[in-house]
Amino acid sequence: MSDAQTTQIPVTVLTGYLGAGKTTLLNRILSENHGKRYAVIVNEFGEIGIDNELIVESDEEIYEMNNGCVCCTVRGDLIRVVEGLMRRPGRFDAIVVETTGLADPVPVAQTFFMDDDVRSKTRLDAVVVLVDAKHLPLRLKDSREAEDQIAFADVVVLNKTDLVTPEELSKVEATIRAINPAARIHRTTRAGLALSEVLDRGAFDLSRALENDPHFLEAHDDHDHHDHDHDDHDGHHHDHDGHDHHHHAHPSDIHDVTVQSVSLRGGEMDPKKFFPWIEKITQMEGPNILRLKGIIALKGDDERYVIQGVHMIVEGDHQRAWKHGEKHESRLVFIGRELDAERLKKSFDACQAA
Amino acid sequence: MPTVAPLDLDGHCVAAVFLGDVPHFALADGTIHRLDHGHKTAQANDGLLAAFHDAANDRLITGGEDGKIFSITAGGNAAELASAGKKWITCVAAGPQGAVAYASGKVAFVRFADGKTKEFMHPRSVEGLAFSPKGMRFGVARYNGATLHFPAADGKPVELEWAGAHTGITFSPDGAFLVTTMQENALHGWKLADGKHMRMSGYPGKVKSLSWSAKGKWLASSGAPAAIVWPFSGKDGPMGKAPLELGTRGNAMVTSVACHPSQDVVAVGYDDGMVMAVRFADAKEVLLRRPGKGAITSMMWDREERRVAFGSAAGDCGVIDISA
Repeated sequence: MSDAQTTQIPVTVLTGYLGAGKTTLLNRILSENHGKRYAVIVNEFGEIGIDNELIVESDEEIYEMNNGCVCCTVRGDLIRVVEGLMRRPGRFDAIVVETTGLADPVPVAQTFFMDDDVRSKTRLDAVVVLVDAKHLPLRLKDSREAEDQIAFADVVVLNKTDLVTPEELSKVEATIRAINPAARIHRTTRAGLALSEVLDRGAFDLSRALENDPHFLEAHDDHDHHDHDHDDHDGHHHDHDGHDHHHHAHPSDIHDVTVQSVSLRGGEMDPKKFFPWIEKITQMEGPNILRLKGIIALKGDDERYVIQGVHMIVEGDHQRAWKHGEKHESRLVFIGRELDAERLKKSFDACQAA
Repeated sequence: MPTVAPLDLDGHCVAAVFLGDVPHFALADGTIHRLDHGHKTAQANDGLLAAFHDAANDRLITGGEDGKIFSITAGGNAAELASAGKKWITCVAAGPQGAVAYASGKVAFVRFADGKTKEFMHPRSVEGLAFSPKGMRFGVARYNGATLHFPAADGKPVELEWAGAHTGITFSPDGAFLVTTMQENALHGWKLADGKHMRMSGYPGKVKSLSWSAKGKWLASSGAPAAIVWPFSGKDGPMGKAPLELGTRGNAMVTSVACHPSQDVVAVGYDDGMVMAVRFADAKEVLLRRPGKGAITSMMWDREERRVAFGSAAGDCGVIDISA
């Protein structure tokens, strides 16, 4: 890791609907004795009664870039606040950005990639979403933001599990998995989980995420039961055209969910084919891709290559050497809308090294 | 050979200015350092975010995280001018007859010399403020354009539209042009007489520093590996003309520019702390300071046109004497 990276301040984005438990978690982050100082950026000064921490109000200003690309958005208030905070380093160790329940998480995350000033001084550590286990099905019906928040998350805190039956809980969890197979899910009551599961995760930093979770991107394997739930779906007409729900394409069986994920697996990739392919896919499908994450085995390369993206922005880097005996396998997950799973799979397969 | 009197501080220098003939350095923590027969300090804001050199009144106006506006005069006399509550003050400007403008969130305030204050609401955040050189007009940079207010009268504001986020604003010294910096790597300009647009793009980075040359003939800008200097002497400004590229370096970006008060020369500060002076006519370069610890964030020439005060993001500040 370069010096630049080690001096970048980690940023945790905390999101989730009103009432999901954000403030409870935030209060714990601010008041528990973890030896770290946090600067907290909030949309509104709420009832967070904290006086010995640095809390800054922001305005949720979304800028659409003037280059004709509607998916390239950033948040101007975050740029200003982060820039201001970073002029006085040493006051805090990390930043938590709390977004209101209706906030679109995309411009928040993109700000940390697209704005040079912010990017050079901070690194997005993880997007953490609080989900109310009882009210999620309702939220998914009435708002696209709730779904986007989950699609975007690196860590899902599935809260208020005491308010639902075990059946409801596993259904909610399956729904979250259907939207985002790459996120870590923690079941909690009163946002009660170790803060180390939320903070300084390096979850957005894929290399760390992969170290932390060797089963990253393998979540589908645990969730075959999801396919079975499908048929006893209560009486709604279901026009899935009889396509098979195999591992690769994962459209949801929940009517109100429009986000899908496509998980791809393959062997070693030909770098001369893979890089032009991912570039083309993200250029063409960018607006439909919320997140993409992957680990790629490149032919002739003895290091794992990790790749991640938000809309049309894709970043990749070498992570570490393949371990002795480790299978040189490529895994890639797209989370988005209107993704053509078959086409993605075919074109991905075509990038494999001969 | 220019000589440098260094002042090594700890912190981000927001503004390096001469007040009287004493160099003052305003840091992000709100301390105002000066080299006045030794190193002395004064305290302004608790967290200083914005600063504007009010040449007419020989003072520095600052705004900060504490929601306060300070006026700093020679000798480091810091006086609180106004307070806007607990929200951050994101930009400040000074105008004619002792007027001061500042902004917090969506509201811009103009405080007149007699202490009366007027508020101007906007639909989105105010990102930049500038007074016109003559008269009591002031411009607000905002999302999708700029707004011109007439604070002394009750006239309707003039809206200048251009898609995108406008983050900073300046009037040409003759008042004929308005130029904004943008979140995108570009400047945008308006010819105020007829509202004609000027697009000044092609920068590899965001433009953060602008400086008008003597009599406003040129506008120098940062945001590229060279100082980009646009010609404004014709009636249509830089429209259809190419800018000068001065002090080009292959491995460093220009972060700060300060035009000489009377000559067509610009002091160019880079992200590695180097400072050069470059003449417009023949692009001749003189090294003023070798690279230092941080990016140059602010520079100013003194009235005698002999010294340049500079500050950096890492706190290595100082004064360059070019007459030595």
